[in-house]
Amino acid sequence: MKLSNKVIGYLFLSICAIISIFPFYWMVVSMTNTSADVTRGKLLPGGHFVENFKNLLQSVDLVPALTNSAIIAVATTVLSLLIASLAGYGFEIYRSKAKDVVFNILLLSMMIPFAALMVPLFRMFGSITPVVPLIGIDTLSAVVLPTITTAFLIFFFRQSTKMFPKEILEAGRIDGLKEIGIFFRIYVPTMKTTYAAAAIITFMASWNNYLWPLVVLQSPEKQTIPLLISNLGSSYSPDYGMIMMAIVIATLPTAIIFFLMQKHFVAGMMGSVK
Amino acid sequence: MNIPDKLGPEKLAKKPAPRPARSLRLKNTMVGWSFVTLASLLIGIFYFFPMVQALILSFQSGSGVNLSFVGFENYIRLFQDPVFLTTVKNTVIYLIIQVPVMILLALFLSVVLNNKTLKWKGFFRTAIFLPCVTSLVAYSVVFKYLFAPDGIVNMTLMKINLVSEPIQWLTDPFWAKITIILAITWRWTGYNMIFYLSALQNVDRSIYEAAKIDGASAIQQFFKITIPMLKPIILFTSITSTIGTLQLFDEVMNITAGGPGNATMTISQYIYNLSFKYTPDFGYAATVSYAIVILIVIFSIIQFKAAGDKK
Repeated sequence: MKLSNKVIGYLFLSICAIISIFPFYWMVVSMTNTSADVTRGKLLPGGHFVENFKNLLQSVDLVPALTNSAIIAVATTVLSLLIASLAGYGFEIYRSKAKDVVFNILLLSMMIPFAALMVPLFRMFGSITPVVPLIGIDTLSAVVLPTITTAFLIFFFRQSTKMFPKEILEAGRIDGLKEIGIFFRIYVPTMKTTYAAAAIITFMASWNNYLWPLVVLQSPEKQTIPLLISNLGSSYSPDYGMIMMAIVIATLPTAIIFFLMQKHFVAGMMGSVK
Repeated sequence: MNIPDKLGPEKLAKKPAPRPARSLRLKNTMVGWSFVTLASLLIGIFYFFPMVQALILSFQSGSGVNLSFVGFENYIRLFQDPVFLTTVKNTVIYLIIQVPVMILLALFLSVVLNNKTLKWKGFFRTAIFLPCVTSLVAYSVVFKYLFAPDGIVNMTLMKINLVSEPIQWLTDPFWAKITIILAITWRWTGYNMIFYLSALQNVDRSIYEAAKIDGASAIQQFFKITIPMLKPIILFTSITSTIGTLQLFDEVMNITAGGPGNATMTISQYIYNLSFKYTPDFGYAATVSYAIVILIVIFSIIQFKAAGDKK
């Protein structure tokens, strides 16, 4: 009975693991094969890696798209972390009834789906465009701005701040640090794990964001990686090898981050402070 | 003479004391608010203000910028609009099939992985979590190709003689929905599993030992101990999954583009189409937006009630 349970367990895990990994394997193998080989169902690596890569560079604006995505994701991450950690710290350390009310109202925004926001946001940015073209429609700033403040991240930082040893703050005050100095000199360095986890979550969301860039970006030279992949995917005579190459390249940054910072990720999800 | 003299020192002694305290408190309050102001303002500007605008918009209609007030016309149109009703039906189908299947699967996986004597635990956990590193667009395109009529999935099914002819995963109204459900399940099961795994680590193992001594089977332990113990986290994940599924967009857009016909179209996609694909009708699109918000609120309340907890 016990042995058979164990066998079933391993079998179940193995099947799930294979299903989880197979699309990755297929993606990586296919980027080394010709389109015809991919359609034929070839599951072994081939010798068309370089050719697919050349084709990709020639037929789409890969480098500009990667650059746009990188600029957007880095800017979003840095700004999000700063804004959300300031707020999460403020709500917890300077706790008051009024602030708790504000905090709860902010949490309500988590219930608002982006699909409901996109029309008014599009019109908002549309009306800003003639006044401040720098943050108007079809700019990278317009992609970044609405996404830099999320109630989730504020909540995340507040939860982590709960476990922050408050005596350290007092020590900082006695040493004559200003409140903002305490935040930057004591809080930020102590909360590295939380920041790392928040950075991973935010970077991934931004790098992979599709709907809002699709709405707000119009010119081809502004397009981000998900937009590029989506366009490639909807082409009528797809070059599978080449498209898989693009998909692997698009997935690499987030995959690398995940593998390098796996521990931070899990630790951060549980809101622990080192 | 005596009275002012008495009052004088008393005032002097008492007044200076509360003054710095009050100004210090005021200063602290100001400092506290200054930490939270920026974030609160930005959420106001980019979440609540647009929702107010959407509310105003939902009472207007017209193409592009030529909007005029039409009262409740959009809301009446909503209930007579066959496309809208189809998108609600599709979205709810995804929701009531995909979310429970995924959560049960994730729970099973986490229970099996939580076994102390299991080998290659790290490998299994990482492998099953791996789909979470892909972007929604990227995995959707991969799934579209895997489930193509002559794709790997059909090839495999035919090779093992499970089907005699290829399943129309993308162009049959029924199978296209299944494809979307399979895709979302592939992407998110590992994510939910991680939450359950970390919650399970806090469950006292002696409860299971006691249950084993009492002769409870593995299945009984799962339903009688694990699920009740993990109730809060199950509630949390089912609400986040519900909100996610109700605003499903990337997958449908890139796997089936809403087709065949409107058989897989979601509410989000309909809002997108109304605003940016068909002749733009922002007013009606805003009305549909409120439909999603209301659905999210309703489903969240149902789940809270079903969980039977006040918390």
